[in-house]
Amino acid sequence: MTDAATTPPVDLDLRRRDAAAALAAEPNRLVVRGIIDRAAPRRFQWEGRELKGYAGDTLASALIASGVRTVARGFKYHRPRGVMSAGVEEGGAIVAVGEGDRRIANINAATQELYEGLAAFGQNAWPSVSWDAARVNDRLGRFLGAGFYYKTFFSFTPNTPDGTGHWMLFERAIRAAAGMGKASREPDPDQYEAAHAHCDMLVVGSGPAGLEAARVAAEAGLDVILAEQDFELGGRLLAEAAEIDSAAPGDWRDQRLAALRAAGVRIMLRTTVFGLYDGGVAGMMERVAHSPEPHQVRERFWTVRADRIVLATGAIERGLAFGENDRPGVMTAGAAQAYVNRFGVAPGRRAVVATTHDGGLGAAADLAAAGLEVAILDARTGVAREIGDTPSGLGAAVSHLAGAAPLRTLGRARALGDVGDVMFGDGGVAALEIALDTDRGWRVADRIECDMVAVSGGWSPVVNLLSHRGVKPVWDTERLCFLPGETSEPIEVCGAAAGVWEAGACAASGRNAVARLLGRTEEEAPLRRASASPPREMYEVRAPGRKLKSFIDPQHDVTTEDVRQAACEGYVSVEHLKRYTTLGMATDQGKNGNILGLAVMAEALKREIPEVGTTTFRPPYTPVSLGVLAGRSRGKHFKPKRRTPLHAWSLAQGAVMTDAGLWRRSWYFPHAMEGLDDAYIREAAAVRASVGLCDVTSLGKISVQGPDAGEFLNRVYVNGMAKLPVGKARYGVMLRDDGLVFDDGAVWRLGETDYLVTTTTAGAGKVMSWLEELSQTRWPELRVALSSVTDRWAGVAVAGPQARNLLTALVEDVDFEDAAFPFMGVRAGRLKGGEIECWLARLSFSGELAYEIYVESDHAPALMDVLWEGAKALGGVLYGTEALGALRIEKGHVAGPELDGRTTLADLGLGAMGSTKKPYLGAALAQREVLADAGRQRLVGLTPLEEGAQFKAGSILCRVPLGESPSGHGVGWVSSVTYSPALGHWIGLGFIEGGIEKAATRKAEEAIIAADPVRGAETRVRVVSPHFIDPEGARMRPEADPAPGADLSTINVRPSRRSAFGTLWLDGLDNRAADDPNARRVVGRVELDDPEDPVSDAQDAAVWLVEERPRPLWRVEAWPGRRAAVEGLLRELSGGAAPAYGRTEIGEDEIELSRAGPLSWRVLGLGPEGGERLAMMDAEDGAALELSHAEVAVRIGGREAATLLNRFLPLDLRDASFPEGSTAITGFHHTPVTLDRLSGASIPPTYRLWVPRSYAWSLWGLLRESAAQWRG
Amino acid sequence: MLRIPCPYCGPRDHAEFDYGGDATVVWPALDDTTEAWVEALYFRDDPKGPHRELWRHARGCRLWLIVERDTVTHEISAAHPAHPGMADEVTAQSQAETPSA
Ligand SMILES: [Zn+2]
Repeated sequence: MTDAATTPPVDLDLRRRDAAAALAAEPNRLVVRGIIDRAAPRRFQWEGRELKGYAGDTLASALIASGVRTVARGFKYHRPRGVMSAGVEEGGAIVAVGEGDRRIANINAATQELYEGLAAFGQNAWPSVSWDAARVNDRLGRFLGAGFYYKTFFSFTPNTPDGTGHWMLFERAIRAAAGMGKASREPDPDQYEAAHAHCDMLVVGSGPAGLEAARVAAEAGLDVILAEQDFELGGRLLAEAAEIDSAAPGDWRDQRLAALRAAGVRIMLRTTVFGLYDGGVAGMMERVAHSPEPHQVRERFWTVRADRIVLATGAIERGLAFGENDRPGVMTAGAAQAYVNRFGVAPGRRAVVATTHDGGLGAAADLAAAGLEVAILDARTGVAREIGDTPSGLGAAVSHLAGAAPLRTLGRARALGDVGDVMFGDGGVAALEIALDTDRGWRVADRIECDMVAVSGGWSPVVNLLSHRGVKPVWDTERLCFLPGETSEPIEVCGAAAGVWEAGACAASGRNAVARLLGRTEEEAPLRRASASPPREMYEVRAPGRKLKSFIDPQHDVTTEDVRQAACEGYVSVEHLKRYTTLGMATDQGKNGNILGLAVMAEALKREIPEVGTTTFRPPYTPVSLGVLAGRSRGKHFKPKRRTPLHAWSLAQGAVMTDAGLWRRSWYFPHAMEGLDDAYIREAAAVRASVGLCDVTSLGKISVQGPDAGEFLNRVYVNGMAKLPVGKARYGVMLRDDGLVFDDGAVWRLGETDYLVTTTTAGAGKVMSWLEELSQTRWPELRVALSSVTDRWAGVAVAGPQARNLLTALVEDVDFEDAAFPFMGVRAGRLKGGEIECWLARLSFSGELAYEIYVESDHAPALMDVLWEGAKALGGVLYGTEALGALRIEKGHVAGPELDGRTTLADLGLGAMGSTKKPYLGAALAQREVLADAGRQRLVGLTPLEEGAQFKAGSILCRVPLGESPSGHGVGWVSSVTYSPALGHWIGLGFIEGGIEKAATRKAEEAIIAADPVRGAETRVRVVSPHFIDPEGARMRPEADPAPGADLSTINVRPSRRSAFGTLWLDGLDNRAADDPNARRVVGRVELDDPEDPVSDAQDAAVWLVEERPRPLWRVEAWPGRRAAVEGLLRELSGGAAPAYGRTEIGEDEIELSRAGPLSWRVLGLGPEGGERLAMMDAEDGAALELSHAEVAVRIGGREAATLLNRFLPLDLRDASFPEGSTAITGFHHTPVTLDRLSGASIPPTYRLWVPRSYAWSLWGLLRESAAQWRG
Repeated sequence: MLRIPCPYCGPRDHAEFDYGGDATVVWPALDDTTEAWVEALYFRDDPKGPHRELWRHARGCRLWLIVERDTVTHEISAAHPAHPGMADEVTAQSQAETPSA
C-alpha cells in the first residue's frame, strides 16, 4: 500500500465546494489535483455562454469542470453525447471551434487545448445540443440501421435521370439533417507552412517508453527528435497516480525531461506524427498558434527524415458494448483517471467503474482518492469480492462486485425526476442496470444510482504508424490486443504500443528499443507486476430478452446490431463491414470501435478475431487540415511566378499583365479608356504601319554546346541542322517518339560548337528535360552541354517596316544592309555607346521586317529605354501577347493552341519540312498509316461568311446541310481566333478533316459552322488558307525601308543600373520599390543600415536576408574522361584546389570554385581575363558558359537562418551533413536552386541561396513572409 | 515519399526527381523500322519485384539516373547515372574516396 492510497489528499473538493467563490462557476473542479495552471485562468465560450478554465485544460476538461455534460449530438440518431475519452479516440465530444472565417468543424474537444477566447459550438443539432429537434430519429432507429441510405434511396428507379434526381434530392435533405458540422465558407485567413528536418532518431510519443528511448539515444550521441501530439509531455504519466520506479510519476517525468534537455533532444510538442512513409520519412503536423498574429503561422507541416524511428505511441483504451453506452457520463476508465489526476476535474460524484482487467482497478483507486464514491464492476468471476483484498488497497468509499458488468444506462427526465429510458433532460447517466455472470450467461441483476460510468474493456496498442508501413498487426491471445508485427525497417515499437502495460516496464522497453536499433545488448525485462487475475476476454454485455442499443462507433452511430445485421446480409469481410455500416469511417478512423466491431463480427460469424482481420490503417493518424497541406502554396504563391527583367519597366508603361504558364507577361498596353480589344487592335495595326516592341524574354532559350552539338540537333529536329552556317538561324520542329509534333522554335548557330535553341514559352522546361534525357540516356556518345539560358538573356522583338531604321540608329558593329544581314541572319553587336553587348537575329513571327534583340538580363531596361524612345519617335508602339497573337494568326504561324500534342507535321502544313536525307527522332512512328492519312484534321484558315461575324476558339467545326443545325462531334475545331486589323474582320486558325483541299470540294448546299454549344453560338465560316496576309513573305524582306521620319541620332544609351540597385529592385514590382528598403533586404529583428556589410550590422538578428552584389558566374562542364584537363584549367584560373562533390574551394581574389555535378563546376568571381580563358576553352575538353545574369544570389544569416531555409528546402543542414564550404542543389517551391554555406562566418552560419533570376521575386517574397515570424 | 540515393547529391526526397519510365527499354536506331519503334514505345513489361527505372534529379544535379527499385516493397537498392561516362566518373570518385586498406 502506498502513502497516497492510505492518506488520500482531501482534495475534495466536492464536499466543500463553496471554498472559493472563483470555483463557483466550475462545480466539478477539484481543489488541488491536476497540473493545470490555476494562476492562469482562460475564458472561453460554449454555445455563446461565457465559461472559464485554466491553462493546461482541454476544452473537454473545461466543459466537464463547468458542468456541461451534453456537448454534441449523435450523427444519425441525434442522441446526446458527452465526453467519452481524454484523447484522439474521442467519439462523443466532437464540436466546432472558432468563429467567422476561423470556424472549423469536427474538432475533438478532448484534445483541443483551451486558450483565451476560444469559442466552441455543438454539432449535429438544431437549434442546440441541449434541445435538438431531430432527436426523434432515435425513435425511428429501427428504420435507420446499417445500409439504410443505400437500400432506401438507391432503390428509387435506379439508372434513370429521375432516379438520380431523387437520390440527389434525398441526399441533400439527409445531409442537412445529419449535420456533419459546418465549416466556414470564407477563405482561411491564416498562414500555414511546410518545414523540413533530419534526425538520427525520431521518437514518437512522450510517455515513459518514449522519454526513456529519447534520453538513452541522446545520451548515446544521437541527434533525436521527440514528437508529442499533446501540449504536455508525459503521456499516461500525466493521468495515472501509480508510482514508476518508486517515484511519483510527476517527479520521474521531470527528471527525464531535464536529462532530455541537457542531451539536446529536439522536443516538439503539439506535433502529431500522422504518417510514416518509405525511407524513414515521417509526416508531422505541428499546431503552432491557436489564434495567430498576422505574421505567425497557425500550423506547420513537417517532413522529417529519420535514420531510425522509435514508436512509443501508447495504447487506446477500449470500452464495452452495452445498452445506451453512449449516454453523457459514460467514458473510458483511463479517461476518468486523466480528468481527475491531470486536469483536476471530477466527471461525476458517484462513479461505477466497469472493468475486465486489473488496469481498471487503478482508475477506480484514483477516482476514490479524489473523493468520488466508486462502485467497481469486475467482469471476472475469480477475483476477490472483498474490498480490502483488492490489489489497489481501495478506500472505504469503494464497493466491489465481481462477475458483474454494466448492462444498460438509464437517464433522468428533467421535469419528472424519475429514472428511466427518457429522451429529455440532459440525457446523462442517472443509473446503471447491472448484469451478473451466471452459468447461463449474463442476467439482469440490479440497478445502481450513479452519474458516471467509467469503462475499461482493455487496451489496444496504437499500431497505426507501423500499419502505414504495410506491417500487419498480430492478435495476442494473452494480452487480448493486436500487437505490432515484424518489420525489416529500422523501426522499433515499445511501451504500451508493444503491449507493455506497467509504467516501469514501459520505460525499460523504451531503453531496449534503442538498444536494438543500435545493436546493443538489451537489459533484462523487469518482472511484470503479479497480476491478481488475468483479464477476461469480453466485448459486449447482452442479456436474453433485453433489446439494447449498444454503440460501437458512437461518432457514426454504429451499433452491435448494425454489425450483426451486416454479417447476416453477407458482409463478412471487414472491409465490406466498414463500408456498409460506416464503422470506423468517422474522424477517429476506428480508434474507438475497431476492436469491438471485429469482436462482434467474429462472434456473429463464429470465428476468432484474427480470422476476421483488422482494417489497414492509412495516414493521417488524426485529421490534418487542408490549410497545412497547402502551406504557403496558395493565393499568389500557389505556384512560383516568373518575371522578366522588363516587368517593372512594362508596368511603368501601363502594361496589363497576364499569366503565360508560370510567366507574367505584358498582355496589352492600354491608352486611356481603352479595353483589351481596342488596345491590341491598335497595337497590331501600328506594328504593320511602323514598328512595335514586344518583350519576348519568356521564350525558352537553351544553350547547346560541344563538338557534337550539330549532330545532336540534327537528330532532334525534323529538318537539317548540322549544316546550318555560323551566323544563321533556322526554324525547326521537333517530334516526340510517337511521331507527333512536340515543339517548335529557332536554332541559332552562334559559333562552331555553340548553338542557341529557342522554344515556345510553354515548352521550355519540357524541351530542356527532353534534350537532357536524349543526351544522357540515349546518345551518350555525343559530347553536348545543355544549359537553360532563358533567364540569362532578355529579348525584345522589334517588328515592323521601321524596325531596321530603329535598330540601325541604336546598334553598333552590325551592318544591317539586306545582303550583310539577310533574313534568318544572326549577328553580335553592341548598343550605341559600346558598353552593352547584344545578339540580333532577323526572325519574324509577325510577318513583318523584324528582329529579335537580346541583351544580358541586367541591361534589359537600358535596352528598352532606348528602343522605346526611338520607336515612339517613329510612331511605334509597345505590344503585348494579345497583339502578338493577332499578328501571328494573320501570318498563319502555329503556336501553343496548334501544337497541342495531337498534331503531325502534315496536319500543320509543315510536311515538307521533314528531311528525307537524314533520320530524325519520331520519323519512324510518323510513318504510321493513321498519322499519314490525308483525311486527318489539318490546319486551315477560317473567316466568317457573314461580314462582322465573330466566332470563338474552342468551337467545333461541323459540316451540315444548309438550314440545318449542327450535331455530332463535327469534322474539326477552331484553335485560335483574332480580330485582324489588317483585314478588318475576324479570322481564325483551326483543323478540319481533309484540310483546305477537301473543304474546297464542299457541296454548294453544305455549310461549315463553327459551333460553340457551351457558350451558345453558331457562325458560318469559310475555309481558307491559313496565311491570311502576305503569303509570299514580301513584307519580311522589303525591297526598301520607309524613311525614318524622325531623327534618332540624339538617343543615348544609359547603362545598366544593376550595380547600383540590385536585381530584385530592378525586376521589382514597380518604381515605388526604389523607395522601399525592404524590397532589397529584410531582417527578422533589426533593419540593416549597411547592405554591403550585413553580417556586422545584423549580428543579433534572428534572421536577415540581403541580395548579394553580383559577381561573374560561370558554369563549366567536362566531357567524360576529360575531368583532369578541365580541373587543371579551373585550378589555374581560381588559384585554389579542385572541389570534391558538394564542396566549394576558395582560391585567389575570393574566387569560388564549386562542384555542381560529377563533371560540372560553377566559378564565381572570375575576372574578365579568366572569363576570356574559359570562353576559349578547348571544345575537346568541355564547355563553359557565363550565367552571371541568369541567377540572383541572396545571402541569409542570423540565428534562425537554417530554420528559415528548412521551411522551404528539404536539405539536411545539420553541421555534420552541411558544414562550411558545402554546396547543394535542391528545389525551392518547385524551382531548382543552389545553396552554399559560406566559409569563415561560422556562428551562426551564413548561407547563399542562388535562385533563377525570373523566379527571384517570387521566392524572395516567400522568404520574406516566412522570415516575418521572427519580427518583433 | 521515397528517398532516392543520388550518386552525386546523396539521399534526397523523390519530390526532387521526375520519373522517367522504364530503364530497360532498348531504343531502336533512328532509321529502324516503324515496327521496331512501336515495340519499344508501346510494349512494356510491368514487372513485380526488382525493376530498373529512369529518374531525373530535376531539382538537383539534373543527372538522369537508373534506379533499381522493387515495385512491391519500394525498396531502392541502387542508383547510378544513366550516362555510362558519367557512371564511370562516379565510380572513380567513390573508389578514390574509399581508403585503401
Ligand atoms: Zn543529384
